[in-house]
Amino acid sequence: MKDPVNSSKKSSAKGGDVSSPSGFFPRWMNINIIAQDVGFFILGLIGASIVGWVIFPAVLYSKHPQPINFNHALHLDSEKVDGIEGETKAEKCLSCHVFRDDGTFAGIPKLEKCTECHDDPESPLGETPQEKAFMTKYVADDKEIPWFVYSKQPDCVYFPHIAHVKMGNIDCTTCHGDFADNEKLPLYVKNRLTGYSMNIWGERISGFYWNKKFSDRMKMDDCARCHTEKGQEQNNACFVCHK
Amino acid sequence: MKKGNDHGKHKYGMVIDIDKCTGCGTCMVACAAENNVSVRADQSDKERTITWMRLYKISNGKEFPHTEVSYFPRPCMHCDHHPPCVSVCVATATKLDFNTGIVSQIYTRCIGCRYCQAACPYGARYFNWWDAFPQDKGMDRYLTPEVSPRMRGVVEKCTFCHHRLMRAKTLAYAEDRRELEEGEYVTACTEACPAQAITFGDLNNPEHEVSKLIKHPFTFRLLERIGTEPKVYYHSSRDWVRKLGDNFLPGEYTPVVNKTWAEEEWSTKPGRDEF
Repeated sequence: MKDPVNSSKKSSAKGGDVSSPSGFFPRWMNINIIAQDVGFFILGLIGASIVGWVIFPAVLYSKHPQPINFNHALHLDSEKVDGIEGETKAEKCLSCHVFRDDGTFAGIPKLEKCTECHDDPESPLGETPQEKAFMTKYVADDKEIPWFVYSKQPDCVYFPHIAHVKMGNIDCTTCHGDFADNEKLPLYVKNRLTGYSMNIWGERISGFYWNKKFSDRMKMDDCARCHTEKGQEQNNACFVCHK
Repeated sequence: MKKGNDHGKHKYGMVIDIDKCTGCGTCMVACAAENNVSVRADQSDKERTITWMRLYKISNGKEFPHTEVSYFPRPCMHCDHHPPCVSVCVATATKLDFNTGIVSQIYTRCIGCRYCQAACPYGARYFNWWDAFPQDKGMDRYLTPEVSPRMRGVVEKCTFCHHRLMRAKTLAYAEDRRELEEGEYVTACTEACPAQAITFGDLNNPEHEVSKLIKHPFTFRLLERIGTEPKVYYHSSRDWVRKLGDNFLPGEYTPVVNKTWAEEEWSTKPGRDEF
C-alpha cells in the first residue's frame, strides 16, 4: 500500500540533502576536519593500546619474592649435596620432589627435607642474611617455609604427576621450565583479580601461543593440546583432569 | 543411537540389593561426608537440601499383616549412551565419559540454568542455592581435599566418587600397573553400607561381580522403558519391589515367570551361596 503523504515527504527531504550550497560534497567533508578526526582516532588508539598492553598488565599483577632464596643449581650438584642421585635432571628432581608411596606427588619439599642436612647451625650454609633467616626463622622454630607455588592450579583441577612423569615419560622441564640451573628463584607474579600465578595464564596477556613451548603456560588448552599431540585424545574427557 | 560407550574400555556400574538394604542411611551420610556435600543450619527444607545419594521409602500398600516396606537408595544413575542431562546441557558442563561410563559434572563450567535438573528423570541433580561452606566457621577443615567444593549457582550430582578412581589409578601407576583390580575403586556408599547391599565394579569386565549380578532375572533398573540405560541396577526377589521400578499400567507388569528356575540357576553359581 502506498501512503501518499509519506512518500511525498521522503522525496522532498532527499532532494534537500543532496543539493548543498558549496557543491557536490556536503559541508562536513572538509579535508581539515577529516585529518583532525583521523588524528584523534590514532591518538586514542595509541593511548588505549598503552593502557591495555602496558598499564593494565602492570596493575593486574603483583610481584612477590619467595620467603627465602633457594639455589637449585647448587643443590642439584651431587658432589656437594648428599642424596642427589640420578643421571638425568628429571631423576635428580625426584630426589627432593618425591612421589609418595600411594603415587601422589609431594610437590615442594617440607622443612623436614631441608633439615636432613641443615639440621644445626654448624651445617654448611652461606653467609647471606636470607640463609641466616632460614636457620633462625624456620629451622630454629620448626616452622614450614611459606613458599609461593608457581604452578598451583585452581581447586577444580586434578593433575596426577605420576601419570605424566612415570607413565608418560614427560620431563619435568616440559611444563615447569628449566629450574635446575637457577641460582635465584624467580619472582612470584600473582594476578590480583583471580589470585592465580602468572605461570598458569602465561606471560603474554594476549593469550596467543607464540613460543610453542608448553612451559610458557599451564592452561587447560595446553593440557588438551599435548594430549592430542601425543595421541591421548581419550584423556581430554572432562573427568580426567577435573574433580 | 547406540554408539561410543560400547567401545569404551570400562563401564563402571552398581548393583543395589533392595532385599539387603535396611534403610539405615549410612550411604547418604558417607556420600555427603566424602563428597563435601553442603549442609545448612536448617536441613528440613527439602526443596533446597542436597543429597547425592537419597533413600526413598517404598511400601506394597497392603493392610497390616501383609505390609512390607523397603528402601531405594538412589544415586545418579549414570545413564548410558545419551543421558538426558548431557543432551540438554547448554554449556557442555556435563558429559558422558566413554572410557569410564561416568557422567561428569564440571562445576566451574556450569552456568546454573538447571535445565539438566529438569531433564533428569530420576531427580538426581541438585542446585546450590548458597555457597557450600561458610569460610570463617572452620567447616572447611572437614572437607575432602580431593573433591572440589561447589560454589553458589551450579548444579551438582553423584560422580560415582570419581576422585576415588583417580586415587586408585594413581596408586596403580605407582605400582607399575595400568589396569585396576576389582575392589580397588569403589564408591564411598559401597564401602560404607553395613549390609553390603551395594556392589560396585566394571560392567564391561565379565570377571567382576557386578557384570554377573546384572544378568540375574531379579535385577532391574529404574524407568527402564524410557531408554536411559542406567548403570545403577537394583536387585530384589520381590515382585512388588520390581514393579515399582517403573510406571506400569494395570496388568502391564509381567512378573519373573520361572521364579524357581531363576533361583536354582542362581544358587548353583559358584560363590553365590548366600542367595
